[in-house]
Amino acid sequence: MTINVRFFASLRERIGVARTEIEADSVNDVRDVWLAVSHQPVDEEMLVALNRNYASLDHTVTDGDEVAFFPPVTGG
Amino acid sequence: MHIELRDQCFDPWAEITGFRDRMLSAGQYGACAVFVGTMRDYNDGDRVRSMYLEHYPGMTEKQLESLVNASCETNNLMEALVVHRVGSVNPGEDIVLVAVWSAHRKASFDACREIMEALKSTAPFWKKETLDDQNGERWVHRNTPGS
Repeated sequence: MTINVRFFASLRERIGVARTEIEADSVNDVRDVWLAVSHQPVDEEMLVALNRNYASLDHTVTDGDEVAFFPPVTGG
Repeated sequence: MHIELRDQCFDPWAEITGFRDRMLSAGQYGACAVFVGTMRDYNDGDRVRSMYLEHYPGMTEKQLESLVNASCETNNLMEALVVHRVGSVNPGEDIVLVAVWSAHRKASFDACREIMEALKSTAPFWKKETLDDQNGERWVHRNTPGS
């Protein structure tokens, strides 16, 4: 299973990459994706998107999904 | 409804009249409410020289469309226009424009605030400030409350 992973803003700087791809059959949900790519505990304030819609860490992922992690938004 | 991200300065007042003249006819609407957000040269006690507005291409537009659509339906709006800057922004430049049109004032007042607050809390934009002081940079971590 291939998952495309993206990071934005301060989270991108913290992780060190804007995007990456993971190949893993043991990944079931968004939380697993975060742990696999960041090797860091879940950040309570972090927001998550699955295929460009807001999602939760418990959302199931499937092959080809795009998962994005980012800090609270500050537009306007 | 029209939503647009811009990487250049825009004149919100020209946008409003241009959109109104294209999309609405005289006598059709009875109210228009407008919010314009502008970049300050100070924040949290520091002088700010410039700012970079990052966004999530694809998701930002989708989220804006979704929240404007919801407010159009809830408030029975006739039209809505949202323009938001991305990229480098300087103090004094306008960052966001929300303009809505309806038959009566309540719908316009309510929708303008509703769209702006939803944008602030859910649209994927992130501000990074460059400070006057020793070229320091910092991410804005939280928006100020709207009420």
